[in-house]
Amino acid sequence: MKAVRSMVLVSSDAESIALGANEVFSAFQQKIQDYGLSDEISISFISDIGHNSAAPLVIIYPEAVIYGPVKPDDVLDIVEEHLDKGHIVERKLVPAHELSEHLAWLSSRKGTLPAENRIVLKNVGLIDPENIEDYIALDGYQALGTVLGKTPAETIGIIKDSGLRGRGGAGFPTGLKWSFVAKTHIDKKYVVCNADESEPGTFKDRLVLEGDPHAIIEAMAIAAYAVGADEGYVYIRGEYGLAIERMKVAIKQAREYGLLGKNIFSSKFSFDLHVHAGAGAYICGEETALIESIEGKRGEPRSRPPYPTTFGLWGKPTLVNNVETLANIPAIIRNGADWYRSIGTPSSPGTKVYTILGNVNVTGLIEVPMGITLREVITIYAKGMKGGTFKMAQTGGSSGSIIPANLQDTPMDFDSFKTASVSLGSGALLICNQEICVVDLAKVLLNFFRFESCGKCNPCRIGCQKSFEILSNIAEGIGTLQDLEDLQMMADQLYELSNCGLGQTAGSPLKDILTYFHAEVESHIRLKVCPADTCPMSGKTIYQVGQEVKITREQGA
Amino acid sequence: MSVEVKNGLDIKKTIRELIKQHGTERAELIPIMQKINAAFGYISSEAIEELAILMNLPTNQIFTVATFYRMLSTEPRGKHVIQFCESAPCHVAGGRQVWLALQEALGIKSGQTSQDNKWTLLTTSCLGACGIGPVLVIDQDIYGNVQPQQVKNILSRYE
Ligand SMILES: Cc1cc2nc3c(=O)[nH]c(=O)nc-3n(C[C@H](O)[C@H](O)[C@H](O)COP(=O)(O)O)c2cc1C
Ligand code: FES
Repeated sequence: MKAVRSMVLVSSDAESIALGANEVFSAFQQKIQDYGLSDEISISFISDIGHNSAAPLVIIYPEAVIYGPVKPDDVLDIVEEHLDKGHIVERKLVPAHELSEHLAWLSSRKGTLPAENRIVLKNVGLIDPENIEDYIALDGYQALGTVLGKTPAETIGIIKDSGLRGRGGAGFPTGLKWSFVAKTHIDKKYVVCNADESEPGTFKDRLVLEGDPHAIIEAMAIAAYAVGADEGYVYIRGEYGLAIERMKVAIKQAREYGLLGKNIFSSKFSFDLHVHAGAGAYICGEETALIESIEGKRGEPRSRPPYPTTFGLWGKPTLVNNVETLANIPAIIRNGADWYRSIGTPSSPGTKVYTILGNVNVTGLIEVPMGITLREVITIYAKGMKGGTFKMAQTGGSSGSIIPANLQDTPMDFDSFKTASVSLGSGALLICNQEICVVDLAKVLLNFFRFESCGKCNPCRIGCQKSFEILSNIAEGIGTLQDLEDLQMMADQLYELSNCGLGQTAGSPLKDILTYFHAEVESHIRLKVCPADTCPMSGKTIYQVGQEVKITREQGA
Repeated sequence: MSVEVKNGLDIKKTIRELIKQHGTERAELIPIMQKINAAFGYISSEAIEELAILMNLPTNQIFTVATFYRMLSTEPRGKHVIQFCESAPCHVAGGRQVWLALQEALGIKSGQTSQDNKWTLLTTSCLGACGIGPVLVIDQDIYGNVQPQQVKNILSRYE
């Protein structure tokens, strides 16, 4: 395994090239070699760099130090001082006022590594999840006590001020959602914790449930007090047997300690909690399908509006929040909104838990401040690529976006990603090297959607199936150029016509693949060649008729 | 029709017991069916009819719920159920080779049960164990980082 200690990035936009970026790059290569650092330091070009007046720029990770303008003559100093001895070369730093956008934000980190910063996973692995005393010893249930001394409106105020946004995929402001439920004047309300976590590549919620179940109970009690609910459900996917057991144990203990039930902390507030185990269906993560499922029905999403905040479980106002969202709540109450805002980026405060998967040296789970870049995750935490160079990543699970190499340096937070038309989703980062074929990957993704579509609405049910068939034909070597247009149309219609988020996003990775890897898909069709040498290409019977090339489908293909 | 019995359990008696514990609220339907599925391996038409009577629901309502969820089966399955994850993260980690090896070793395809009723082979979506993909699950046992050449050895651990 090759673990890179530092990473040198040289800007390669047109302006930087004109001002000598190539020469700077070569000088770095040479000097790094001279100093015998080639194994520890990687060097690459970076393109998506934003405007600046100090080109060419050189960014060095993990310190996130930005030098510029760099001339080939400066390289020796930077290699000797910074890379070899570890001192920042102050005189070559770019003045902060010359940087804008994402670079300005990078430099504002003041050379600190975006280190792991655990809020959500703070207790996971440190406490005995089956012993409530362990949780209480680490300030557990203190936040609930604090909140019961405040009004519900004050509590919602703190969550609003913290800027917390939902971690279930959409990034909806949590405080605002709470206020919607609080506003309804109905006696019976529910809070639901969405622990269905079926997004491929995601297992962060499982670790919280298994490792720190009381944090979720405390958060749900706080939420219930804030919105005026007295009953709650934790909907855990059925495959998570251990999480279900631990949550049941935790609820039982909380009841024994008077932290659930009637008149909690001798107040007027009462709240109790049930566990509902899912029975295996991805769509049940969608909040209205989840509600149908608790009611004992097929998990088919409802038409919205009305939203669950006004018409949810058994028609009552219902607050649905993701596990990771809830796990932030006790810490925010204990430490205050300002503290929370000091972490992450201005539009997306706090941390994010990412699952790192695919062709990297180290897979697993990290919790880091919002705004870290994909390149940082791969180099620092995943210890580099395995079995080839970076080709693409898929963020946010099956319905997430495909990120090509030139978007690796976009900070990962809700808004930067939105600007780049990328979705952060659940925080799964599936990293692929050159050996992964995009047609094959698209096929696997659409196969998932055609199985998991609940079948209620036609655009989704038929669109997913049809797209899968077209992709299979392309993989078999019997695709046509018309197929490309059909796929594009299918992806558009899935988005426009589907009833719920499943269908609406099913086509998005497909669209990205058609945008960024069009040539590779076309090569499957025109040349009958799979550049990654993965697709079967079994049906390529080509008859030449004059100039015309006709492709016939093999029987039963 | 004879009454279904498995492991000494009588289906009708079991259902009556479950109704006693859970009550007849609609919300209890899925939890009850999960327990039936766990005890009998599947939910037979006899079970559906009994539930319909005791819970006062039309049989088709119960049937559509039973067929909707992946973890509930309306057909008998083999002694051991193998679930193979075919979602993208396991695929990128080299899942297809394992899948081919699995089908070859068992001589059956996805959704089939072997002649001797020993194995049922199913594909499934992500099981939340992606950090150790490719993943396959046999009954309750999870196997991660599976290599194609390990498949035979893993299967041989089951009677
Ligand atoms: C197809 C689909 C699957 C979803 N799966 C999940 C899931 O597994 N877990 C989750 O928390 N949210 C999931 N969501 C999002 C929920 O509908 C909902 O937005 C979320 O639970 C709200 O919680 P938050 O505000 O805390 O993010 C899914 C949405 C869709 C459309
Ligand atoms: S993708 Fe296979 S377990 Fe998650």
